[in-house]
Parts: sequence; C-alpha cells; structure tokens
Amino acid sequence: MALLEVDRLRVEFPTRRRALVAVDDISLTIEAGEVLGVVGESGAGKSVTGAAIIGLIEPPGRVAGGEIRFDGRRIDHLSDEEKRRIRGKEIGSVFQDPLTSLNPLFTVGQQLVETILAHSDRSADDARRHALRLLEDVGIPAAAHRIDSYPHEFSGGMRQRVVIALAVCAGPRLIIADEPTTALDVSIQAQIIALLKRLCRDQGTAIMLITHDMGVIAETADRVAVMYAGRIVEVGRVRQILRAPTHPYTTGLMDSIPRLGHDDADLAQIDGAMPRLHEIPDGCAFHSRCPHAFDLCRRRRPVLQTTGEAAAACFLFDQERSDD
Amino acid sequence: MTDSSGPLIEVRDLVKTYDVSRPWLARVLERLPVQTLKAVDGVKFTIRRGETFSLVGESGCGKSSVARLVVGLDRPTRGSVLFDGMDLAGLRRRSDIAPIRRRMQMIFQDPYASLNPRWRVEDIVAEPIDAFGLVANRSERSGKVAESLRQVGLSPEDARKFPHEFSGGQRQRISIARALAANPDFLVCDEPTSALDVSVQAQILNLMKDLQQRFGLTYLFISHDLSVVYHVSSRIGVMYLGRLCEISAAKDLFRRPQHPYTRLLLDTIPDVEMTGRERVSVPGEVPDPIDPPPGCSFHPRCPFANERCRQEDPTPVQRGRGMVACHAVEEGRLPPFKRSDLGQ
Repeated sequence: MALLEVDRLRVEFPTRRRALVAVDDISLTIEAGEVLGVVGESGAGKSVTGAAIIGLIEPPGRVAGGEIRFDGRRIDHLSDEEKRRIRGKEIGSVFQDPLTSLNPLFTVGQQLVETILAHSDRSADDARRHALRLLEDVGIPAAAHRIDSYPHEFSGGMRQRVVIALAVCAGPRLIIADEPTTALDVSIQAQIIALLKRLCRDQGTAIMLITHDMGVIAETADRVAVMYAGRIVEVGRVRQILRAPTHPYTTGLMDSIPRLGHDDADLAQIDGAMPRLHEIPDGCAFHSRCPHAFDLCRRRRPVLQTTGEAAAACFLFDQERSDD
Repeated sequence: MTDSSGPLIEVRDLVKTYDVSRPWLARVLERLPVQTLKAVDGVKFTIRRGETFSLVGESGCGKSSVARLVVGLDRPTRGSVLFDGMDLAGLRRRSDIAPIRRRMQMIFQDPYASLNPRWRVEDIVAEPIDAFGLVANRSERSGKVAESLRQVGLSPEDARKFPHEFSGGQRQRISIARALAANPDFLVCDEPTSALDVSVQAQILNLMKDLQQRFGLTYLFISHDLSVVYHVSSRIGVMYLGRLCEISAAKDLFRRPQHPYTRLLLDTIPDVEMTGRERVSVPGEVPDPIDPPPGCSFHPRCPFANERCRQEDPTPVQRGRGMVACHAVEEGRLPPFKRSDLGQ
C-alpha cells in the first residue's frame, strides 16, 4: 500500500456563474521514501493539489470529489481539528516564500520548540536540544548561537533551511514542498535540493515536490507527474519522462527549455497559452495548442493509459498502443 | 559626433553608491557612522552594434542597477555611460536628451507591474510615440500602434483591450511593442522572461531574436538564468557583488570559464538531460554588500583563494577576447575546467 493515495480528486472554486475546476479528477500515489515531482506551468493546479492533501484549501474552494488516503486512512473529510493534528505531525510542508511560513515575532528556536512540544511529549529542555540538533542537521552554521535569532536576521537560503527544520521537526512521513527553491539564487538552490534529498534518504521521508522547474525535478524526483489545466497529462519515472516524453505537451515543454551546447537554432515553442480555468475546452485540454490534434481530441477527454513505467493521457499514445 | 564603427554603448568605470544610513537624528544620537552600499563598483564594458551583451549574476550583484544606469534612470556616482559616443549625463537640455532617449528603450521583468492597468493597450503602446512626438495625427498614431502590435505577434484589434485581458506572455509582448513603437536602436531587457512559464519564455526569446535580426537591434540582457543567457547572448559579463569578474564571448564562457565564480555558476545549472552529472553544491552565500569582505569579494567562497586573494583586490586583465579579474587566473594556478556535457 502506498503512503499517500489520491484518488480522482476534484477541487472546485465556486464563482457567481459556475464552479471553476482547479483540479479535475486526478489520481496519484506516493510510496514511503519516494520523491514525487509535480510539474506544470502556473495555473496548472499543482499547488491546489498540494493544499488539498494537507487540508489547506481556502474556502470557498472545496474538495468536490474523490478521496485522499494517508497510510490507508481517509483524510480529506476529517474535521479541522483532526486535520491540524495530521499537519506537521504526519505531513510537513515547505512553501516558496520562507518569510510567510515563519512568525516574525518569535525566534526560530521558540518556533521550533513550540512545534516540537505540540507534536510530542518531550520536556521543554529536550525539545530545545532537539531543535538545536535539527538546525545543525539542516546546515545552519553556528546553530547554538543562531537558535535565538529572529527570522529577519537570516538570509533567504538560511530561512528556507529553518522552514525545512520546522517541517521535519515532528518526524513526518511525507513533506509537501511547494516551489521550495524558486525564490532562491541558483547556488543556494543546489544546497537546498541536496538537503531535501539527504533528509529523504536518511529518514525515509516521502516528498511531494511541486515546481515549475524541470531542472529541479531532474535532480530530485524519482517519479514525476506533469499537470496541465488541472489534469495530469503524463506520469512516470523521471528518467523516462524527461528523456522520452510521450504526451505532446511534455514533449513541447522539454523542447522549450534552453540548453547549453544546443546552438543558435530557435527554441521550440508551444504556441498560445494554457487556457484559464473558465475557458478549458471540451475534450483534451491541450488540443488547441497540440500539433497532432485530430477530431477525437476535440470531443473526448483522454484518460491516462499505462505503458511500462509511464502513463500518458493522449489519444495519440492510445492509438499507437492499439497498433502494436 | 556619431561614429558608426565604434561601440554603441561604452560603460566607463561605473560606480553607484547608495546611502543606507539610519535616519539622521537616530544616527547622531546613537553615534553611528554613515553607511553606504556600493551597488556597482567600477564596472566597465562595451556593447557593439547589433550584438546581445548579457549580464548574469545572483540577486543583489548589481546587474539591474547597471541596467538602470545605462538607460539613465539613475545617475552614476562616478564614471560614465556613452551612448553612440555621447555622454548622457553631460547633456542638460531636454531637447538634447530626448532624441537619445528615444533610441534606448527598456523591457522590465514583471509584465503585471509594468503596464498601467487603467490604460488601454493603444495608449500604453503609444506612450513613447506621444512622448517623443513621433506622429502628426491620430490616424498615424493608431497606424503606428497597429504596426507595433503586429510586429510582436498580437492583433491590431488588441489595441482596444486592457492589460488584464492578456496572459503573462502576451503582456510581455505588449511591453515589447511599446518599446518598439519608439523605433529604438538599443533595448535594455531586465529579466524579460523570469516571470514567465518556460513554454512562454521560449516564445518571447524567439520573438526577441527575430526582432533583433529584422531591425538590427542591440540588446543589453539581464538575467540570472544561465541557460537563457547562453541561448541569446553574443558576449556575457558575470557580476558578483557589484563588480564584473569576467567578460567573455558567450560560447567561450561556457566552454572555458576562467573565473572561479563563473565555474561555480556553471556547476549549478540543473542537468535536465539527466546525464548523471552531479550538481556541485557550493558552500556559503553572497556576502552582505554593506560590509563586503576585503580583497577579492569572492574569496570566502572560492576554493582557490590564498593570502593574496584575502588582501588584495584583483584588477581586471585582458584574456584573449575577454576579461577576467582573478589572482588565481593571473598566476596560472587554476586547474583546467572539466565538464562532460558541454563538448569542446
């Protein structure tokens, strides 16, 4: 049994005219100790998926369908109080902007100790020792001295380390990391990725890594799910998806990344832009931008078809399979 | 006065300092000294006609400050910027400055912040046309706006819409159309694609390349993304803490990086092709620019630093067709750079 199972999840945001579907019938699983990358352009629904899992969808948005199971137990319909107990203790989270995750009025030590005490029966002294060890673990230099500093006294990269320490302090089995490196400089990005990978390896923590950056996915994830207009269009082992993508959207996305050593020719581009939530077309959401679209694509919505270690939601892929 | 064989832009020993002291009363009461931040410290480069010169570096390295100084949005503390042989700072009369201003335009990072939400696209794009009095009447004005919109791949009907009706990529096209409406020679692009998704980024980069060829534009391109910079540039300057540490032809910079900081940056480029290359994690962070380290400002993070680096500022020296400011390079004690996936 997988650690996290998301089954036909649907998240809606009601508006005056009709409900906007931000996440449309997606299913995914994460095994213990696994890093699942969720990649897609802004508005694809990746962050909403993450928020639904930790039960932090802002009303009036709501989970309108499907199930989320953590360790075999359904968690999407729990009360707020029960959800709060799972957050932090079982599922930690790291967001893009570390400043919004930290309280500016308390020292990082106080915040860590408070979180540790909330989720365990350690004594206050023991909690502080644990907090210090965590800060050392995430690579804060002179942690014994820095533990009594306030968030604003840290640089961006160091703050993100503190947030990671907070996310792991109760020993969660899953971390939802939503664009954890996007606000950081490239050289700091590499440090944070290395840190997340090490934590995952040492403690067997599973990570759901939400990002728009294929480079981060390539270096960190075991498997990757590619999202487009609220749906998963392709999912599979990272190596396979990055090197031999099947879905035309993934192919276009990979080709549009500028690479070193590929000289002078124009970048491949996908014309147009992802449809906004209120104008998602019938059939395949990608058909208006897809160079291979045919009649069926405009009428019917493709479902994920598994081949080997990957699955893609595309009729093209479907046909190729039936031709074999 | 104009010499069409010389460089279009010549930046001479540019320095920009900002006063970051506490308010005067607090400073006097607490007996604190005046604090200054050197955002740009002795930067020097030239941009040739028709080329794309890029500045790369991490946040806070001063690349955007240089861009603002080059277009004259800020005045340099010392040094000068020559545009086509003329020093903007030396011109006092509005009527002298305007014709030069028209020839240089800027494209900003955030297409949500750089377009006035209450203006129609027509008025946004026509702003430089009106400011420089480029047309005689209204119909010429709309004709010019329509032409600019077509050039960036939008439709002339879009002129009647408001910015919120467009996606991020289309908005960036509008800002490019606005820049083009002035018939410029030189565009300063400050992270023009950083706020865009990667598939849209490709559209904008291709468009910019196409426009450059069609109109013979010269670009100063500011970015933190090395893969993008590799793709668009003729020459590249690498900045660290307000200084240029290396200038080189684009392809040379990636194949034979000289400065240890350039090498560090190259090592941090993610490996999308999954060649199995490990991304090297570099220790440390960019130091506080208010209190930069003595000697070479990169020495605390540099694996090749020695006593001389800790004390003495490296001076830029000519290397081949480029420039590098590094004691280790000068003394020839840097090992050759090896990276498998770039080829030779």
